[in-house]
Amino acid sequence: MDEELAKGLMERYVFLSSRDSVDCLSYFCPPENLVELASALRDREGFEMLVDLTALDWGQENSPRFTTLYHFYSLALKTYLRIACDCPSVDEPEVPSLAAVYPAADWHEREVFDMFGIIFAGHPNLKRILMWDEYPYHPLRKEFPLAGIETPLPAPDVAEVTKASVEPAPMMGGPFVSPAGGNVSEAEPRAKDESWTEEVEKTL
Amino acid sequence: MSSTTVTKEVSVGDVAARGADLAQGSDGERMALNVGPSHPTTHGVLRLIMELDGDLIAKCEPVLGYLHRGDEKIAENMTYNQFVPYTDRLDYIAPLANNVAYVLAVEKLTDIEIPERCQAIRVLVCELARISSHLLGMGVFGMDAGAWTPFMYTFTEREKLYTLFEELTGARFTTSYTRIGGVSRDVPDGWLSRVIKFCDELPKAIDEVEKLLTRNRIFLDRTEDIGVISKENALAWGITGPNLRASGVDLDLRKDKPYCGYEQYDFDVPIGVKGDCYDRYLVRIEEIRQSIRIVRQVIDNFPGGSWYAEDAKKIFAPPKEKILTSMEELIQNFMIVTEGPQVPPGEVYFEAENPKGILGFYVYSKGGGVPYRLKIRAPSFCNLSILEEMAPGHMLSDITVILGSLDFVMGECDR
Repeated sequence: MDEELAKGLMERYVFLSSRDSVDCLSYFCPPENLVELASALRDREGFEMLVDLTALDWGQENSPRFTTLYHFYSLALKTYLRIACDCPSVDEPEVPSLAAVYPAADWHEREVFDMFGIIFAGHPNLKRILMWDEYPYHPLRKEFPLAGIETPLPAPDVAEVTKASVEPAPMMGGPFVSPAGGNVSEAEPRAKDESWTEEVEKTL
Repeated sequence: MSSTTVTKEVSVGDVAARGADLAQGSDGERMALNVGPSHPTTHGVLRLIMELDGDLIAKCEPVLGYLHRGDEKIAENMTYNQFVPYTDRLDYIAPLANNVAYVLAVEKLTDIEIPERCQAIRVLVCELARISSHLLGMGVFGMDAGAWTPFMYTFTEREKLYTLFEELTGARFTTSYTRIGGVSRDVPDGWLSRVIKFCDELPKAIDEVEKLLTRNRIFLDRTEDIGVISKENALAWGITGPNLRASGVDLDLRKDKPYCGYEQYDFDVPIGVKGDCYDRYLVRIEEIRQSIRIVRQVIDNFPGGSWYAEDAKKIFAPPKEKILTSMEELIQNFMIVTEGPQVPPGEVYFEAENPKGILGFYVYSKGGGVPYRLKIRAPSFCNLSILEEMAPGHMLSDITVILGSLDFVMGECDR
């Protein structure tokens, strides 16, 4: 059944190029044909659901740097279809939005924009969804460090009322960060308290 | 009575028309109302920014991210087995089901064969997790609609499940039970008979809950025709799980794309008619009964043999008694702990039918013990996305019932 579908898809949509994959049918689609393909998949090929939408970052030095990935599911065929789309520009990656065709794409695209900084052209409400609006980074990019980057929390409304600036909580905790730099167990206050030994005089 | 009183007629039916009406704007004054992020009806840390016209919701904008921990980033920086505990914290109402879904996704990249006993254990824990999730979901749903008592019945049963989970995995809540290529330990002696005993007791409690809710006039008034999701809308917005089935779409991956040997078991998939809050409740109650059926079948034909993939030398660390007595197994364990299970390069997308809906994992591997990219397709994230479309036109008091009936978990939504 999959071979039949594959043959049909390649015939009907000549812009598709095949892509190696072990688990389901997978194709590359150029960004300019993406919306056309998605509408056709929904209306003519019976892929009713856009189950997942995500992106891959190949690292700063590569071009194309970003690839967006779409997983479609067909209830009748009981099969998945994966469409990959390389973003043409490295600095300002942009692909067309599918939110008008599949409303499910709305939040997924906002998440990919939030995490990778990929612009979805034509999205009705493209703003951050998991991080706060003023956050300056895109955390799932490969160059973003696991430990995170200290970021100011601008809150002009709070400052106006309280006359105080908002300080973010220090990025303590987790297995990754030691605020003092160096060994986490040394930064632990209890480790410095040696009042239990007789060699050190009791301070408290 | 004062003659200046202006009355406005509001039709009880047709929420959609009312919503469209409100979107046009009205002459009345609008009030902005913020619900959450810490509010009991939001079941976690969901925040809703609403615009009200009197008692009617004109606009409802969900704000997410209050529980965002960057699980996908963390996954790129640790070995496959190290990520299992993080999957506990996705849908923390049913951690066992997440554990299983995650390892199945990674195992799809490899060619190891999972023995029958291991598959049976996984099906068993998945269904127990489903029961646990629905018990909480329906108990809390009743509470959202003003019925306290059912919650007590469901939580008593859930407590028994926690005891069973503790015997099996060593933890009540964060189970971290599965490993790539197997599970962390075999079922303990006598455990299966205690599961059967639980299965005998549970239907009585479910009957009690049904007596309290299913034909309860107040409950019916509050849930019927509220929060209707049409079949077309449900598919377009990517709603999955009981919420999708309540809208009349027959999609259950346990039937449609069986994994873990679900095809051997005989069970029915309940389907709703209207797709309102009441249907979502009915579907979940019936799913609990069907899960009991599956659990009984698994235990009746519980296979013997190995409970982990013995020939997956580079993927599954052998049990401790072998590590302590044999050199080869010691080296094997050392390599897996330090470098991670060796997974061949490639990409897979795997979805499992979890209690909240379809949980998907997309894994891109460049070989070795660490994924290059791991994407979690969280059912609660997708199920909540329809709220902005669905809520307008409802009364403010309906939002608690709608949220309760969607049965979402923010741990999974925000990841």
